[in-house]
Amino acid sequence: MTEWSDRILLGSARETRVTRYRRWGLIVIPLAAILFQVYVPLFVQFLSYLELPLLVTVYFALLRRSPIGGMLVGTAIGLVQDSLSHQPIGMFGIVKTLVGYFAASIGMRFDVEHFVIRFLLGLFFFLFHQFLYWALARALLGQQVGIDVRQTFFMGLLNAAVAVSLFHILDKLKERV
Amino acid sequence: MDSLLNRYRNITVLLLVIFAQLVLLAYQVKSNQDVRLIRIWAVTGVTPVARIIEGLRSGAVRLLEDYVLLHDSVGENRRLKAELGRLKMENQQLKSELETAERVKALSLFQTRTPSRTAVARIIGTGTGANSRVVFVDRGSSSGLMKGMAVVTPDGIVGKVIAAYPITAQVLLVTDPTFAAGVISQKHRVHGILKGLGHSSCLVDYVQNEEPVEPGEWFYTSGDDGVFPKGLPAGTVTVSRPGNPLKQIYLVPAGLGHGLEEVLIILEGVHQPIPEPQAAGSEVQLLPPPPPDQFQAAGSGPQAGAGAPGTEADRLRERYKQIGEAQNHKFGEGPPGAKPPDFNLQPGQPPASQPRPSGSGGQPPPAPPKPQPPPNP
Repeated sequence: MTEWSDRILLGSARETRVTRYRRWGLIVIPLAAILFQVYVPLFVQFLSYLELPLLVTVYFALLRRSPIGGMLVGTAIGLVQDSLSHQPIGMFGIVKTLVGYFAASIGMRFDVEHFVIRFLLGLFFFLFHQFLYWALARALLGQQVGIDVRQTFFMGLLNAAVAVSLFHILDKLKERV
Repeated sequence: MDSLLNRYRNITVLLLVIFAQLVLLAYQVKSNQDVRLIRIWAVTGVTPVARIIEGLRSGAVRLLEDYVLLHDSVGENRRLKAELGRLKMENQQLKSELETAERVKALSLFQTRTPSRTAVARIIGTGTGANSRVVFVDRGSSSGLMKGMAVVTPDGIVGKVIAAYPITAQVLLVTDPTFAAGVISQKHRVHGILKGLGHSSCLVDYVQNEEPVEPGEWFYTSGDDGVFPKGLPAGTVTVSRPGNPLKQIYLVPAGLGHGLEEVLIILEGVHQPIPEPQAAGSEVQLLPPPPPDQFQAAGSGPQAGAGAPGTEADRLRERYKQIGEAQNHKFGEGPPGAKPPDFNLQPGQPPASQPRPSGSGGQPPPAPPKPQPPPNP
């Protein structure tokens, strides 16, 4: 085991302890992310590329380290996001459910508090989210939507960078048990 | 089981949640044909299952029909065959009963028509022996039967009672070699003695060669034997030829022609006249004479209604004859080259003057008729 691997893999009981969030935080933070997704792009068009609900889902899933918990968080955030979108309810729900599940599964193995991991996870789940949504839109809705891989990748980098900052801010609000 | 559920709990919950959202999504989304996606999914998902179930059901039904019901059809076929056999037997019994009824009806009819007093008896057995021509009837002395009584059917004589027991009687058939009865031919009243030969034919003995007997002629009982009343049919002649010293006449007994089941025992015989032979052709149907010919009935002919000959040649000959008589000409009497009568004149028209030779100032011959131009279309 190298020093790098020791730093990113969970090895001790201390590192595997469950981090709990305040109850109001579990409700307010996702709502705030959704409201930001809905409201802020009205004024700043560029910020519409930020997928804050996705980042919040990844953060809570990684934080809880429980696939079911992360899955439920992703489902709830996705369904609320669907309810505010013009797409049928369930599209974001399915995608974020899978994101929450896989993120929680990853959080059980990796030290998600490392910024590199967070950046990579942010990039990966953004790409995963976009690709899965595109696939579902084509498969289930029959929509002939396109995907710009380069733009998507750059947006992924942007969201990954935001994820590192956002996760650091959200870490301030969590409580350790 | 619990450990298995705990092991796959996460993925199970994930699949359930995804499925629930898929259902929710499908409920909202409509296809191009304005059909909700959930309906399409449901139909698409259910149809193969339904097809499989229907295939299983139809296969099971087909198997049931092909095997179980076929197996049942074998039993049914066997039952139908048995029923067919039973129906055949029943049909045969009905036919037999019908024939019996017809025979009984004929016997009853004969019984009412004949002046003799008779009793109906049924054949219940035959005598022993290969050449035996003896039968037993179900009537005996208790029914008034006595030895020597005649046994007949409506078709003819059968035999005579040779032994009468209390409840049965023995009848000697006409085909037995020891049987004898006096007979007489219908047409020429030739007397003879009917004798059995031991087979289906009988012999009429004691007939002289000079006696005229023809094949097909009927013989009736003559009443000379004191057993059979006069006038009962005995049979028809099949062979009649001169013999030495007597004529050989063979006949087929009429009373045994349709088998023997019921017979009549003549308790008190009454002689009857022998029926007269029917004249040949007396029953031939003759059509009425045809109606008169239409030509003659209309009176268009010269001799209509006066017995004129029927053919056209006859009528033409008669017309020429009348023309000759009107012009005082007699056919066949003139010399060769004599002037023939004018056949263009009617019989009542006087003859015209003699024509003059041409170029002597007479009337020119009439010009031939000019051809008519064809009509314009």
